[in-house]
Amino acid sequence: MRASLPHWLTTATAALLIGATPASAGQQAAPAAGIAPYFTPAAAAPATPDGDGFLRRWLLLEPITKPNRSNAGFTASYVRTALTTDYFPGQFTATPHDGDTVRAAEPLRWHALDSNSFDIKLFNLAQGLGKPTYGVIFWAYTVVDSPREMRDVRMAVGSNAASIWWLNGKEAVGLFNDRRMVMDDVLSDRLTLRKGRNVIRGAVINGPGLSDFCLRFLDADGKPITALSTVLR
Amino acid sequence: MIRSAALLLALASATPAAAQLAGEPFIHDPSTVTLSDGRWYTFGTRQGGLVSDDGWTWHGGPVRPGGGVAPDVIKIGERYYVAYAVGGGGMSGGHASQVKIMWTLSLDPKSPRFGYHDVGVVASSDGVETADAIDPDFLLVDGRLWLTYGTYFGPIRIVELDPKTGLRVAGNQPVDVAIDMEATAMMYRDGWYYLLGTHGTCCDGPNSTYHIRVGRARSPLGPYLDHMGVPLLRGGGKLVVSARGRSIGPGHFGRIQLDGGVEKFSMHYEADMDRSGRSVLGIQPLLWRDGWPVAGENVVPGTYEIASERSGYALGLATDFVRIPFDARASFMAKPSDPVAPLPDQSLAQDSAGWPQGRVRVDLADYMVRPHQLWTVTPVAGAGGWFGAPYYKLTIAGTTRALAATAAGEVEAVPVFTGAAEQLWQIDQLTDGSYRIKPKTVPGGRRDLALVAIGASTPSLAAFDPASPAGRWTFRRP
Repeated sequence: MRASLPHWLTTATAALLIGATPASAGQQAAPAAGIAPYFTPAAAAPATPDGDGFLRRWLLLEPITKPNRSNAGFTASYVRTALTTDYFPGQFTATPHDGDTVRAAEPLRWHALDSNSFDIKLFNLAQGLGKPTYGVIFWAYTVVDSPREMRDVRMAVGSNAASIWWLNGKEAVGLFNDRRMVMDDVLSDRLTLRKGRNVIRGAVINGPGLSDFCLRFLDADGKPITALSTVLR
Repeated sequence: MIRSAALLLALASATPAAAQLAGEPFIHDPSTVTLSDGRWYTFGTRQGGLVSDDGWTWHGGPVRPGGGVAPDVIKIGERYYVAYAVGGGGMSGGHASQVKIMWTLSLDPKSPRFGYHDVGVVASSDGVETADAIDPDFLLVDGRLWLTYGTYFGPIRIVELDPKTGLRVAGNQPVDVAIDMEATAMMYRDGWYYLLGTHGTCCDGPNSTYHIRVGRARSPLGPYLDHMGVPLLRGGGKLVVSARGRSIGPGHFGRIQLDGGVEKFSMHYEADMDRSGRSVLGIQPLLWRDGWPVAGENVVPGTYEIASERSGYALGLATDFVRIPFDARASFMAKPSDPVAPLPDQSLAQDSAGWPQGRVRVDLADYMVRPHQLWTVTPVAGAGGWFGAPYYKLTIAGTTRALAATAAGEVEAVPVFTGAAEQLWQIDQLTDGSYRIKPKTVPGGRRDLALVAIGASTPSLAAFDPASPAGRWTFRRP
């Protein structure tokens, strides 16, 4: 059936038209290299943002299944409901650790990773772990230690597809609708990074297609903030 | 050409038109608009001039002794040099004239630093030669001070002055640089000297054909050519501005360089059709295209997409996207011969059904010709303005929802326009034709913030950076 479709139809559109089950459309055998081309295990030494300020060290949860045959329905209302639903205990409060397993609809494991790229390639994480890649929600967690209080900072996020991000328990950024990952796509209002520990949680929802995100902090002049550090272990 | 100084009198009040300057902007031959003591001044033929706090509302009051016609002003160091001409211009049948210079440390008559000091005569015509030493204009470039003058009665001439004294440089001789011009002005930009002058018929109210043309040269002494290569000494000149709307007969150009790289220009209109055809000050955006100055225009009232020059995305209410009912499968699989019919636009009622009742944040998104992306731009009568443009309200078309600045320095749409300062927007056309959009004030009083796309999809209020596309916006017809 797919071979008979016009070549210009995107995967998402094709899925829409042929009524394919998104999970099955994205379910693929794990590549032999696993996640190695995209991630390395988070090191014990503190990580700093890359030269452009992007946070590369994250705890990433194996994807929660959330079937969506298209990304077209990711309105703010839908996404906010979908991403504030409780899927596992301590979703918004617990401090995860590498190797922890949470009790969602099925057991899901946290992975402490350093990304090889400025963007965190969630599709490749799921694919490399042999997990569903389409129709999923990814949870992400990291901590940034700030050497001083920083005011009028903005959290700058790009994600594929929609996502919501919380800083120290408060919603800071929401990206809605069928989005591609673009650096500095949506910025938070002016916010303050505390001196010391600041907790960032995020959730990315995706139907069919690739999924990733990038996140950095910008100062009041729009310059990337690199004077931060992250320890997850 | 006979100039009549009698046109500039009678500063009685008149009803200002919404799209034109407010106050009593009656003047002829305005000098370059100049900032002194926090206010903007321009002087005209005969005595006196106009003063403004904001470039929008102008009143009489400035003091310039010496009489005569068509002064110009330039600030060099602490001094405001004023050039003006006495005699000539064909008035009383004569062309004998003198260009005189004086200076003061302030243009504000109430300032203790105010007080004119005569420098002397720097150019003249003897009444016999075919030359008319009036309409002086200054230009300072790289420490050298130039002065042009002249009318249709003979050539436009340029001389060099000493910027330390205002006197003519010893031994300097006038150089002819153009004909068929009067009320000249000069600019310098990117290695080019621009000579602007007025063509057409002066001083005949709504029948005046006055308009402004320009040529350019690599040297202040010329040769000045227009865009067709026609020398200004042979009558060339590329059109900059002519009559438009209710404003007839623009003449006497003056460049205004403002904060953030914004450029505008002053002129007088021979006739303001909404003010009994009297001569008034005009201010319009100045654009630069292919190295030539072009008259821009204030945003025309109407309904638009407001597009970010950063991402190309459209400003809109950050509300849930409402789909237009559509059978994608049937559409893609349809045969070429299947009948087609128009799809209706999404209605405001369809789009707005789920909008929150109160304040709504705004964002930037793919332009989809949806009601939450269509902004009606309306000048607000009586609300004032800034440099030739009134303050505007920006409302979602067909609604009372109005764009507003927040105390936190963000932007949102409030349910109803109230006229509050944070709902009044200053919209200035930039030299590339796009626009800068600034709230009159942000709650708390800040006035230095503009609408800026701080992210591809996020608008906010931030300092305007003329080097960045992030603060530039385009108004596009839906």
